[in-house]
Amino acid sequence: MKNAIRISCNRSNLKVVRDFVSTYLAAYSLSDLHLNQIVLAVDEVVANLIIHANSEDDTQHLDLRLNVDNQVFGIEIEDDSKSSYTPSSYREPDLHEHIRTGKKGGVGMALVNRIMDRVEFSTTGAHNVCRLYKKIA
Amino acid sequence: MKITQQSTENTLILSLDGELDASSSVLLDTELTKPEVLNYQKVLINCQRLNYISSAGLGVFISHLQQFQDADVKLIFFNMQEKVHNVFEILGLDALMTIVPSEAEATAI
Repeated sequence: MKNAIRISCNRSNLKVVRDFVSTYLAAYSLSDLHLNQIVLAVDEVVANLIIHANSEDDTQHLDLRLNVDNQVFGIEIEDDSKSSYTPSSYREPDLHEHIRTGKKGGVGMALVNRIMDRVEFSTTGAHNVCRLYKKIA
Repeated sequence: MKITQQSTENTLILSLDGELDASSSVLLDTELTKPEVLNYQKVLINCQRLNYISSAGLGVFISHLQQFQDADVKLIFFNMQEKVHNVFEILGLDALMTIVPSEAEATAI
């Protein structure tokens, strides 16, 4: 089972990432709903890294690696963008305010934080790693 | 993502087919931004073939909702798959948007 891919920072690769995660998790007989949640959380982080951290620069890439250990799904997403995400900057979205102001973005990390059991971001020099974990049984 | 339109005098139905992510949501945003959309009394979103939605797709609906309300246009979702409805629920958007099971119920509102 393929457990690692490298993608260029193009938003057309979001579908590639979703298919990669779905195919990997097919062996674990998750419900449709549970599988969709994990795929969504990964999609949200990857979209942020492609669009915001790497400004959709096709020459940049993300490395993704999946595993399941002791019934916990884990994914590592690595990139070398200069602008790394700082979890301490996270604020719970006020949806009424988003609606009132017609704001399009800003709810992706809320989905990630509510779906996954553990969300970690770390930066060493210019190298960033995001790790997401979710119990699957 | 394929978007099919049907309209009557008062109602516009947009049928979404495929996956609504940060790549494809641009197409939906373009459709909902057209000024003539606000001439209808109701805009119904048929979600039967919508297999996936991410925050980018939700963001398109969130960003247009106030404008719809200001123009007295009802935005109503129907035939939504459970896994897509679940994404609305995780954020609490199911309480802020009108989501009904069937087209008949959407039409009756």
